Amino acid sequence: MNRQNRRILMNKVVMTLSSLAALAGLAFLFWILGVLLYKGFGALHWDIFTVDMAPPGREPSGLRNALVGQLLLVVGASVIGVPVGVLAGTYLSEYGGRHGKLARLIRDISDIMMSAPSIVIGAFVYAIMVAPMGHFSGWAGIVALAIMMLPIVLRTTDDMLQLVPGSLREAAIALGAPKYKVIMQVVYRGAKVGMLTGILLSIARIAGETAPLLFTSFSNNFYSTDLNHPIASLTVTMFNYATSPFEDWIDLGWAAALILTLFVLGSNILGRYIIRTKKGK
Amino acid sequence: MYYRIVDKLFEHSTRLLALSVLILLGALFVVLFQEAKPAIDAFGLHFIVESKWAPNMDIFGGWPAIYGSIVSTIIAMLIATPVAIGIAIFLSELAPPWVAAVVGSAIELLAAIPSIIYGMWGLFYLAPILRDIWGGNGLGLATAGFVLSIMILPFMAAITRDAMKTTPDILKESAYGMGATRWEVLKDVVIPYVKSGIIGSIILALGRAIGETMAVTFVMGNVHKIPQTIFAPATSIPVTLANEFTEADSDLYYSSLFYLALILLVISFTVIAAAKFIFLRKIEEARA
Repeated sequence: MNRQNRRILMNKVVMTLSSLAALAGLAFLFWILGVLLYKGFGALHWDIFTVDMAPPGREPSGLRNALVGQLLLVVGASVIGVPVGVLAGTYLSEYGGRHGKLARLIRDISDIMMSAPSIVIGAFVYAIMVAPMGHFSGWAGIVALAIMMLPIVLRTTDDMLQLVPGSLREAAIALGAPKYKVIMQVVYRGAKVGMLTGILLSIARIAGETAPLLFTSFSNNFYSTDLNHPIASLTVTMFNYATSPFEDWIDLGWAAALILTLFVLGSNILGRYIIRTKKGK
Repeated sequence: MYYRIVDKLFEHSTRLLALSVLILLGALFVVLFQEAKPAIDAFGLHFIVESKWAPNMDIFGGWPAIYGSIVSTIIAMLIATPVAIGIAIFLSELAPPWVAAVVGSAIELLAAIPSIIYGMWGLFYLAPILRDIWGGNGLGLATAGFVLSIMILPFMAAITRDAMKTTPDILKESAYGMGATRWEVLKDVVIPYVKSGIIGSIILALGRAIGETMAVTFVMGNVHKIPQTIFAPATSIPVTLANEFTEADSDLYYSSLFYLALILLVISFTVIAAAKFIFLRKIEEARA
């Protein structure tokens, strides 16, 4: 075989292998998605939204308390994590500067925090909140999720604010506006869409977390909105139900998985859509 | 005057909140160390290599969990890396633009799926199949590594593709212009150009895999022994924490779990920092 043909053959071999890798990877991912949709929709019924968790075998049985608990945890974490993250990100972009030493350090540390093992965050919050208080609580779960959320919101805010052209700031400063007004009324407005998307994606990200909740908010078989006590969440319920030997609990676990995934993917798609329509303008 | 005060107040409060990230990370290390102190005093660094874990006798050794974390992550990386690079090549060089856009978005979306879903799939679908192939109960390091590899695949493929995209078109066009095949352009232009980015992406994915809890807890088997084969039940640091944290009934037990958590934090911190500072710095600077 001459050199020319060998090069072409080699090219074909590698390209075929890459395509096969892509195909195989996608096949597995779609297998998982297919299983989730099949099992999830199969188990989905109206009782899930109106009835609380019940002992195995008892009808009707649902996930109302877990849905409500999940909502409280995610909203609570966002109420803490979003303002803190946005203001901290504002410091990085508006005061710290792109090349400032402190700002760069904080950026690097938040990037590392973003990938820190979530179960370690859970153990940390257990030590600082659950152990001193003597019991699991919704607040502890909220704090754990907020800690996970902070670096994500901080980095996206920082990135989005840096995209606002400097001339806008200069124009506002030239009119005599104090810096905080420039930030709140000019920079935030300019970056509104990007920041909203970042916040949406960070909410989607923490909503799927299980590990930090295992020993903070724990779980609760009953309907409760009291954040001083253990509270049920979809993710911990999925963990408990999927590892149980009861057929009906396992089915409910798949239904919970489907609801959670639809929420997470829905937020992601919405976020992308917002960014895209903005870019189109 | 009023504006000046508010202005300063705003600046200082944003600074304080930005610093809270540093404080949090510091507190994370300090608190874990404090909670682990009794176990550190009792076992010292020998904890890392001791393989006996017997809560009833108050003997704790971290090696089975550390071993499990390392081996399952290695298995995951061995499977995921070539496939992720294959997907990245496919997306950045091979696929027609519309296919690359659709598949690329699909992969980014799959990266957002909560990891517990992968764990459930592993338990109910993958484990039974592996059980039929290898015998045993289908749980263990191999199963956990496989589930992990599928879980990090989308993330890894997406960032590897992003790294490959940073190659300037003009370099590729020059090579094509000289008659190079696609594979030659990849091998001699793209990969050398983005090498550090690809390595950084792989290490970043490794950092995620080693700290991952929910994808592996279901399929690890939770047995505190160094398994004879990778097909036998084992454990890992996150799995031990998830399964035993609420059961720890003695102070030393509790503290040993924190010791494990501290070790995990140090490992993942080191891995992620290495990826960021050594390999990904260049890409970030190119992007900025």
